[in-house]
Amino acid sequence: MKFDRDTRRKLFSHVVSVACLLCVGIAIIPLGSILYESVLKGIVVINWSFFTENQPLPCNPQFQSGCQFGGIFNSIEGTLLLIGISAAIALPLGILGGIYLSEFGRHRFGDSLRFFADVLTGVPSIVVGIVVFSLFFLLAQQGLIPTNYTLSVLSAGVALSFIMIPIVARTCEEALALVPNSTREAALALGVPKWKAVTSIVLSTGRSAVMTGALLAIARATGETAPLIILDAGSQFSFQPSAGLHQPTSSLPFSIYNWVQSAYPNWIADAWGATLVLVVLMLGISVAARLALRNKYGEGGVV
Amino acid sequence: MSHGPTVAGVTPPPHRRRTHPGDLIFRGLSGGSAVSVLAIFVLSIILLFEASRDSLSRWGLPFLWGQVWNPNATPLSPIVFGALPAILGTLETSFLAMLIGVPLSIGIAIFLTELSPGWLRGPFSFVIELLAAIPSVVFGIWGALFLVPYMGTQVDPSLAATIGRVPLLGAPFAPSPVGYTGDGSLTAGIILAIMVIPTISSVSREAFKAVPNDLREAALSLGATRWETTRLAVFPYAKRGVLGAITLGLGRAVGETIAVVLVIGNSYTIAKSLYAPAVSIASWIANTFGESSGLEREGLLELGLVLLGISLIINVVARLILRRSVFTEGMGT
Repeated sequence: MKFDRDTRRKLFSHVVSVACLLCVGIAIIPLGSILYESVLKGIVVINWSFFTENQPLPCNPQFQSGCQFGGIFNSIEGTLLLIGISAAIALPLGILGGIYLSEFGRHRFGDSLRFFADVLTGVPSIVVGIVVFSLFFLLAQQGLIPTNYTLSVLSAGVALSFIMIPIVARTCEEALALVPNSTREAALALGVPKWKAVTSIVLSTGRSAVMTGALLAIARATGETAPLIILDAGSQFSFQPSAGLHQPTSSLPFSIYNWVQSAYPNWIADAWGATLVLVVLMLGISVAARLALRNKYGEGGVV
Repeated sequence: MSHGPTVAGVTPPPHRRRTHPGDLIFRGLSGGSAVSVLAIFVLSIILLFEASRDSLSRWGLPFLWGQVWNPNATPLSPIVFGALPAILGTLETSFLAMLIGVPLSIGIAIFLTELSPGWLRGPFSFVIELLAAIPSVVFGIWGALFLVPYMGTQVDPSLAATIGRVPLLGAPFAPSPVGYTGDGSLTAGIILAIMVIPTISSVSREAFKAVPNDLREAALSLGATRWETTRLAVFPYAKRGVLGAITLGLGRAVGETIAVVLVIGNSYTIAKSLYAPAVSIASWIANTFGESSGLEREGLLELGLVLLGISLIINVVARLILRRSVFTEGMGT
């Protein structure tokens, strides 16, 4: 069969289209497989007590009677605590930093801060983990803080905040950059001092986009595991408020990591259950954030 | 967008020249917060140097090409730490990830911006974005409990029996002398490829989207097909952004920890086969740090310093490429 030149060209164009469509298909396969596996294997352990009980002792239900599946209560608790600590540090710093970059940062120094923030988002989270380990370790060595803070929920929260700060700052900046200049000018023309114009008018106009950026940063921190392996190496118990922030806690990602590596069937089963919970949580946040941005700013959004 | 919030053309009346004290405080407060980014950056480098000082002075530069990691002295083998297997493993897995991930990502970006019918564009790009929302520990559990057994029983043996038999070109896929557990560089490379797809494809898409429509229309009006338009008019214009996207993806692959540590096998050797257990810098730190102490812990911190160095170089290059390209917005992550 012979084609003339034009037919050949058109045919080739179609072949490329199909090949590119195939690329999309290939990328969707692992996503589908991940969702399928975690629903299939996670759903079997999920019931009410899975959310209310602490992690079980490792055992094999086939050979040991009374082998419990337990739950992820202490993991959820640890995750919430980690989010609370890291958000308390990162959101004020990140949002104020973003305000600076957007409202005052139109100069070389602002440009270089922006550049460093972007580079910082690319630093591997395991490196952030050992950096914070070194920070707490050296401070304790100098006698400035007690040594038991080095491996604790506090140090892990600080590490997560280091990961969040550049993300929050950049998304906040980009959110504020979408606020029309006329809004600022209108406020300033009325004689409002700039700080007040920024905090009460610019920030409240861009509020939902700033919040969405913060939410995405929190989502990122929620799924982060590597710094926790270094700093917050798990606990089978609930958080003891009286024992303070220097106690280690568990968390959803850490539990999954820990249980996967074990050979105990009840832990492996719980790992899938926790995975399903984490996936639903992360996809939920991501979908909600993207829908919120899309409604407000059309396709693409801020992030 | 990048020059949004300057208050152009508004000159305050003469009697209000004096800056409001609240403005000074606010500017200082927000400026201080912005500088925290720089502080974290500088602090990271200083802290890692400081915390691994003994290791740095004891092993010196040969740390980089030493092949042995031995924390326990015996009469025959003294304590020694070398980074070469981890560095090579990191490069090997990242290279594999790029080899698989880059063509797929560019194909996805081209399809979504240039070739896709409009009604497919939204759902498809949404699904690719979802891939970015999956945490790495989830890739890890899927990798360890699903992909590794699948690779070990199905993919690795059949690859070795087919491509592995081809002389020269098939050499990396040659049958493994140690059997097929499913762990190893190839599995790690595949997981990493999946994980870099959202990064590379979304940044490349921004690059393609930034190409002016005039160029497409001009090519189409000369009778070019869709593909010829993409190749001749769109791609040259977006080349730089795509290169930046690839570099950014490489940075991500180099530093990925959890998904890798669960599938690579964690054997501190220069693996002779793609199917054999290997190691990467990040995976070795994650695998060993908890039980380490003393000189070994310092060695791991120095290993972290090497990883920080590599990822800083890659990310600085990526940002320089992207900054100079015609589009700069939406490059947050």
